[in-house]
Amino acid sequence: MSLTLTPNIDNADDFYADLLATHEGLSKADSDALNARLILIMANHIGDRAVLAEALDAAKKSAG
Amino acid sequence: MNKIFEIPLYPYARSADQDAAAPVRRRVVVVGAGPIGLAAAIDLAQQGIEAIVLDDNDKVSFGSRAICFAKRPLEILDRLGCGHPMVDKGVVWDTGKVFFDDRKVYEFNLLPETGHEFPAFINLQQYYFEEYLVNRARELEAEGAPIELRGGNKVLKVEDKGDHTVIEIDTPEGPYTLEADWLIACDGAGSPIRSMMGLDFVGRVFEDNFLIADVIMEAEFPTERWFWFDPPFNKGQSALLHKQPDGVWRIDLQLGWDIDKEKEKKPENVIPRLKAMLGEDVKFDLEWVSIYTFQCRRMENFRHGRVIFAGDAAHQVSPFGARGANSGLQDTDNLAWKLKLVIEGLAPDSLLDSYDTERVHGADENILNSSRSTDFITPKSDTSRIFRDAVLDLSEHYAFARPLVNSGRLSVPCTYDGSALNSPDALPGGPARTRPGSPCPDAPLDEGFLLHRLGNDFTLLTINTDVPAELEESGIKVGSLSLYSEALDPALADRYLGDAETAVYLIRPDQHVAARWDKFDETATRAAIRRAIGKE
Repeated sequence: MSLTLTPNIDNADDFYADLLATHEGLSKADSDALNARLILIMANHIGDRAVLAEALDAAKKSAG
Repeated sequence: MNKIFEIPLYPYARSADQDAAAPVRRRVVVVGAGPIGLAAAIDLAQQGIEAIVLDDNDKVSFGSRAICFAKRPLEILDRLGCGHPMVDKGVVWDTGKVFFDDRKVYEFNLLPETGHEFPAFINLQQYYFEEYLVNRARELEAEGAPIELRGGNKVLKVEDKGDHTVIEIDTPEGPYTLEADWLIACDGAGSPIRSMMGLDFVGRVFEDNFLIADVIMEAEFPTERWFWFDPPFNKGQSALLHKQPDGVWRIDLQLGWDIDKEKEKKPENVIPRLKAMLGEDVKFDLEWVSIYTFQCRRMENFRHGRVIFAGDAAHQVSPFGARGANSGLQDTDNLAWKLKLVIEGLAPDSLLDSYDTERVHGADENILNSSRSTDFITPKSDTSRIFRDAVLDLSEHYAFARPLVNSGRLSVPCTYDGSALNSPDALPGGPARTRPGSPCPDAPLDEGFLLHRLGNDFTLLTINTDVPAELEESGIKVGSLSLYSEALDPALADRYLGDAETAVYLIRPDQHVAARWDKFDETATRAAIRRAIGKE
């Protein structure tokens, strides 16, 4: 399995709205903490170290 | 009653060597009568190699110090004749609790693998450990083994002459000079020999201080390991509570680097911290308080000609994971048989370079693990702290996050992957845990355990196939231990056969696997023996 970097989320606008809603009303510190928990939960769901390594790399390389 | 660490166990006594007209030549001189020096001397002496231990002190270590002993070191100590006293006295625990801020986030049971003679680890004060080693050394001495402990002998100067070393020693009755074919420096983290030789520690990566307190509690307190991240009574730091024998609890409070040691050690500063930790109502007596400073670093090389470094003198790690004394015992376990073969002329001098390679590999593994624990316990950046706290928050609710919690990874023995002494793995379907380079895992055998039947010499362990009862190659006598399926414990089959039907293992004197095959091949076995003693 390799990292999926093509559109994969069913109804992307809804997901994006859910993501923002989850952060709604949180302080910067609480939002940062939530993001960290979210990353760890999703990383565990992926599990595969090679895919995780690709994801880390893709995130790093796509900085503006 | 005096504590054991207050009694001189090897007081200064004049040696005939001090009155000799010319310096006396000894086979091996071990500098330092701490746990590693004593283990080195016992290992050599019980195999007939003369070992003289010099120490400027004459007592066991003051205070509890290193208190966690893992299974592999206990197995090594058993080979040295001290494993059972350790376990009989030590405390075994299974339940651990993890606290974050002001709450418990989870608890766990160690559930150690069954089918081993020794527990995953025990808690025991270092002074007991040293006392058992001194007792064993005395026992060997009484049996006529070539071992001697010289207290009040302070090494002033060491010179490597190429084919021997010259050691200048000071005593309460004045100085004398001794020669030794080999010198093993086990003189601790501050190793004076390392400094005298102008060698230094490299790769310093971390510095911290710990307040260590031994307390005796009046009320019952559970035999559990409690670890706190960022607790209210020690903000921004960690704390650890665990039990030792004699009703003594050990408390480690991390203090950070920039502190006033003398101030922190004062009872009026220590007691309020402990009360905040244990509860205002818990009654306790403070038995011993100390501040421990550590760094993570190692010497670039552990062998320098005729001078060989072991234990803290060669490498130092954080206390997380109990990798100090435990790894030091693996150093001497690795060194003793090699030094013996070189001294007896059965192996080339270059075999000792493999001590350097294998134990540097071990030290690097320990430093890596210990540095990772340190990074988790003391995050070095805001982002690192955010992730650390996220792991701890998640661990309260979800099991997946618990393996990420790192309060120290328990010392496990190093597999010498890639060592020049290994032969290529030739056992298809064999378990990864017993590949060449691995320490032999224990397993039930007959009425006892496998490891009792291995070690001190080379052994061929065979399962469901035959080998000659004894084989001699390059002067090395190799005994055999042949086992057959009908009498085989499932744990032994699982650890040594895996998916294979038959197996032949060549086991080193330190109980590490040198080679393995699915069947006996005399030519291959002879080559593997030569390789394991540095002759290929």
